[in-house]
Amino acid sequence: MAAGFDLGTRVWPGSYGEDARPRMGFFTDTSLCIGCKACEVACKEWNQIPASPHGFTGESYDNTIDLGADTWRHVAFVEQRKPLGPHGDGGGLAQAAALGGLADEVGLQTYQDGEGMRWLMASDVCKHCTHAACLEVCPTGALFRTEFGTVVVQEDVCNGCGYCVPACPFGVLDQRKPDGRVWKCTLCYDRLKDDKEPACAQACPTNSIQFGELGDLRDRAEQRVAQLQDAGLAQARLYGADPDDGVGGFGAFFLLLDEPETYHLPPDPVDTTRDLPGLWAATGAAAVALGVAVAGAVLGRRR
Amino acid sequence: MSAVRPELGATRPASAHGASAYGRPVIKQPTWTPEIPMYFYAGGLAGASAAFALASSLRGEDAVARRAWATAAAGAAVSPALLISDLGQPKRFLHMLRMFKITSPMSVGSWILAGFGTATMPAAAHAFMGAYPRRAGLGPAGVIAQRASAALGLPLAAYTAALIANTSIPVWHHARRELPFLFVAGAAASAGAAATMLAPTEEAGGARRLALAGAAGELALTQYMEHRLDQQRVGEPYHEGPAGILARAAKAMTAAGAASLALRGRRSRRWAVAGGGLVTAGALAERWAIFRAGFQSAARAQDTVAPQRARLVERAR
Repeated sequence: MAAGFDLGTRVWPGSYGEDARPRMGFFTDTSLCIGCKACEVACKEWNQIPASPHGFTGESYDNTIDLGADTWRHVAFVEQRKPLGPHGDGGGLAQAAALGGLADEVGLQTYQDGEGMRWLMASDVCKHCTHAACLEVCPTGALFRTEFGTVVVQEDVCNGCGYCVPACPFGVLDQRKPDGRVWKCTLCYDRLKDDKEPACAQACPTNSIQFGELGDLRDRAEQRVAQLQDAGLAQARLYGADPDDGVGGFGAFFLLLDEPETYHLPPDPVDTTRDLPGLWAATGAAAVALGVAVAGAVLGRRR
Repeated sequence: MSAVRPELGATRPASAHGASAYGRPVIKQPTWTPEIPMYFYAGGLAGASAAFALASSLRGEDAVARRAWATAAAGAAVSPALLISDLGQPKRFLHMLRMFKITSPMSVGSWILAGFGTATMPAAAHAFMGAYPRRAGLGPAGVIAQRASAALGLPLAAYTAALIANTSIPVWHHARRELPFLFVAGAAASAGAAATMLAPTEEAGGARRLALAGAAGELALTQYMEHRLDQQRVGEPYHEGPAGILARAAKAMTAAGAASLALRGRRSRRWAVAGGGLVTAGALAERWAIFRAGFQSAARAQDTVAPQRARLVERAR
């Protein structure tokens, strides 16, 4: 938390009074993700998001690349030279030898070279932070916290100033050209109002994306991560489930099988406005210093 | 093994890259257009010029004061135009004034700029219609406008530093202690240089001193900021690419301009104009370097990830 004082805009759920609803969120269990991208497609269809063609990246099956104005769910694919199984058996040595031969023959790089290879897949999404920098820095009030505790952009209020884009510690928001306004996951605010689950969660065939009340999801996640660690996946960990982290915990948190940076995620994200009280103090002092310098230059003149 | 030929379509292993998988950036680059560093300069110039103009008129140096008020008014007129151009549609600027939000330096700054513009136009008119402190021009209203303009000009010159430092961009956020002072030093240099170029040499002593103080502050603070960023291992953008070139050019021009003003500026108008021009170019290049450094910093995944990882290691200890 901010040392000294809180700037006092974190009003949910008090501002909603009796209309406040339980805080809703996602638990994305990446150990269940099969990389089918049904979430990406369902999100695009329901929210009528324009296409976002990036071409072929050569980076595994990930041609979506990142979250942005036209991508509110992004299935990351990460290929690693690591054993597939929890006990490090790697498997498939005969296959590895065959592919090694192929590499010699035609010059194709493969990495079935005896070390094993594993695929990490994870469906990334806006984190709907408890302390959301995008919302705090938005000068128009276009970004607001809903009665469900989620963070949504109002498209008729956003003026395209772009401040939220570099404020977000995850790079979730971006401008849509040529319009210039920003767009991001709404956690299907329209569907929530009708007591329906978000499109991505409904489309997910493996229940990798789980939707529900945040408290329930955190309990479920604790059990799941313990189960995986017992099964030998020592690297399994929760990401964003801690209410004491730099953004006060995510409304949409994750179970990961490796370090967050492996999935292009920041290991210790912080809401930039946490440092704002000190920054305002420095800014005020600088303004005063300018006044003193001007006065000194003009009034201290020798005649 | 034969040589790897990735052009044949083989995928690349994630581990072969930098801080994040495939070396992809973790955060987004800003979407701001080149109007924004121009505004950083124009806003700083206008704000410091208003304060300088008021101080000069209090001192009875009306010729210098009138020129500084004209500079402040020009900056106050150009600044909103630059911001509206960045937004794309004029009416969108009005959305800035829907609310006042202390957590958003852009919101705070929009109100400061709106107030500054409102005060500076009558303030400048007052200066040109009658010399202070004679009760001419716009009368007491003009005097109040001048004081309000000068008072708002100081935070106008400083808040843009808070705006960029209050982001997740490492090279900006990690410089949050230094940037406000660097921005006001740039504003002082800009205003002093402009008044030096516009005013008669014999009356430009205060302007020259302001330009020199600002230039010295700029040089010292950029050096200090870059050193501190290097210590935190996020300072690379100021040493490479466009931001590196701009930062070096800014220092060279600021130093050359300050030397011209200090050595010959008092006697020779030609040297004063040349020195003022160089200091102006240096201040503009410095804003541009800081702006570009933010883009380069956002693109470097390691600059985002490494300090966070170090924090976690520290906490686990």
